[in-house]
Amino acid sequence: MLRVTIGKTFPAGPESAAFKLEIEFEAAPGVTVLYGPSGSGKTLTLDSIAGFVAPDSGRILLNDRILFDSGARVHLPPRDRQCGYVFQNYALFPHMTVRANLAFAANRLPRLERHRRIAELLDRFRIADLAGRFPHELSGGQKQRASIARSLIASPDALLLDEPANGLDASLRSDLHSLIREIRQSLAIPILLVTHNPEECFALADQVLVYDAGTILRRAAPLELLRNPGTHDVARLLGGFNIYEAEVIALNPGRQTSRVRVLNTEIDGPHLRGCFLGDQVALCARPEELRIATSPGANRIRADLSHALDRAQCIRADFGDELVADTSRSEWLALKEAGERDGWWVEIPAANLRQISRALRNARK
Amino acid sequence: MRLDWFPLWLSLEVATAATLISLALGLWIAWLLANRDFAGKSAVDVISTLPLALPPTVLGYYLLVVIGRSSWIGRVWEAVAGSPLVFTWRAAVIASTLHAIPLLIKSSRAALESVDIACERAARSLGASEWRLFWRVSLPLARRPIAAATVLAFARSLGDFGATLMIAGDIPGRTQTAAIAIYDAVESGNTMTARVLVIVISILTASIVLLANRLEKRRCGY
Repeated sequence: MLRVTIGKTFPAGPESAAFKLEIEFEAAPGVTVLYGPSGSGKTLTLDSIAGFVAPDSGRILLNDRILFDSGARVHLPPRDRQCGYVFQNYALFPHMTVRANLAFAANRLPRLERHRRIAELLDRFRIADLAGRFPHELSGGQKQRASIARSLIASPDALLLDEPANGLDASLRSDLHSLIREIRQSLAIPILLVTHNPEECFALADQVLVYDAGTILRRAAPLELLRNPGTHDVARLLGGFNIYEAEVIALNPGRQTSRVRVLNTEIDGPHLRGCFLGDQVALCARPEELRIATSPGANRIRADLSHALDRAQCIRADFGDELVADTSRSEWLALKEAGERDGWWVEIPAANLRQISRALRNARK
Repeated sequence: MRLDWFPLWLSLEVATAATLISLALGLWIAWLLANRDFAGKSAVDVISTLPLALPPTVLGYYLLVVIGRSSWIGRVWEAVAGSPLVFTWRAAVIASTLHAIPLLIKSSRAALESVDIACERAARSLGASEWRLFWRVSLPLARRPIAAATVLAFARSLGDFGATLMIAGDIPGRTQTAAIAIYDAVESGNTMTARVLVIVISILTASIVLLANRLEKRRCGY
C-alpha cells in the first residue's frame, strides 16, 4: 500500500508560472493511473515518490516504510526507496548491453541469486536473445521491455511508469498494455502509471486519479468515472463526453425525474440534486449512449449531420452542438438513406444524462 | 654543440604529474559543482576559474605566499621533508597543476552536466551509491569530452611559464623547464637551442590539440 500526502510550491520564474502541487491519495496493489493534461503535476508526483524531488510538506508511506516525512525531516535517498521507475525515454545506460543494464540493477542481490534473477527477467520479458545488444541496437518496444525488466530486478515495492506508451505505435502499445496487465497479475505491488491518453487510462486502471493544475479532482474506478464523471472539469478532461447547459423546466422528485431544456428542446431529464425551477445545470452523456433516429419522438432533438467518422469500433456521427453519437456500422448503413431524406434526430435517453455541476441559480435572470 | 634535452624531459614529467593531479582533483570538484548544491558553491566556481584569468605572475606570487619557506605549509613541509618545497620540481608541478586545473574543471563540469539526467536518476533509483553512479554511469557517458579536456590540460601545463618561474625558479638541470629554457636561450643569444625547443614544443602541442579534437568529435558514438 502506498500512501501519499504531499504539497510543493514553485514560485513563478522568469519563464514559468507559479505552480502548486497539493495532493493526497492511496494506492493499493494494482494499477493506479495518474491521468491529466501535461503540466498538471503527474510526473512531479512520481518524482516525489521516487525521491528525485523533495516536497515541501507531507508524508509518503510505502508499506509502512516512511519514504518522506516533512515533520520528522525524513527524506530517503532514491537508492533506499525500493521504487522501480520506468522513464519516458527508457533511460537505459547507452554504454552497457541489455544484460549489463540488468546486472547494474542486480548489484545488491547476493551473487548466486544475481545470475538467476537476470536470466529469469530476460526470459520473462522476451529479451533473452537481445541480452548482448546495446540499447541503440534495440527497437522502441524492446527498449521498453528491457527498461521495465531492469526496474523489476531488485523486486521493488512499487513500480512507477512515466508515460510508458509515448512514441510507441498502436500494436506496441497494446503489447505494452498486456505486459503491464501481466505484471499486475504476478506482482502484488502498487503500479503507478502516468498518462494523458484516456484509452490507456480505461484499458489498464484499477483506479484513476484525475489531475488538473496540481490537484486531484477525482479518484475513482474507471467504469465509475465513465458512468458518472461527477464534475464538469472531470468530464472535460476525460474527453468524449457531450456536455450540455440545461435549464430546469420541471422537477418531479417523487418519480426521480425532471424536465430540462437542452439545445432549445424540452426533454426528460434525470433526478437533479439541489435544483430549483429555472436553474442552470451542466449535464453530460457519452456518444455511445446517444441514439440516432430519423423521425421525431420523445427526447429527440432535431439535428443536422455535420460529418460521420469511420472509427475502429463504430461510426461516430457528429451533429455539432455537442451531439456526437456512436453507432454500429450496420445500423448506420440502415439509417443513412432515411436520414438524408427525412432529416436527423438525436435521442438522449433521460437515464444517460448525468448531472456534472451544481445548480447555477437563476443564471439567465 | 651538444643540445641539453633535460628541460624538455623535465617539462614532460612535470606536465604528466600536473595532469594526473588536475584530473583527480578537477573531476572531484567538477562532480560537486555539477551535482551538489552547497554553501560557497559560487565561490568555488569563481576560485576555480581564477587561474585561467589571472596573470601567471600573480598566481606565482600567491603560491609563494601560500607554500613559500615562511608560510605555514612551507614550514611544515620543510620540517617533514628536510628541504624547502619552493624551487624544486615539486613546486613546478604545483604551479602547472594550478595552471591546468581550471580548464579541466570547466570542461568536466559541462560534460557531467550534459549526461542525461534520466540515466543518473535511473541509476540512483536502482540502488546505486553516488560513487557507483559516478564510476559506472556518469564518467563513462562523459568520458570523451573529459578525455579531450585532459589532453588539453596536459598541453597547458606543458606551457606554463610565469607561475613556474616565480615558484620553482630557473635552475638549469633542476627546475628549468622547456618554456623557461627557451626564454633563457633567447636571452643569452643561443638561437640554435631556442629554435630546436620551439619546434619540438610546437609539434608536440599541435599533435596534442589534434588528438583532443578527434576525441571530442567521436563523442556521439552511441
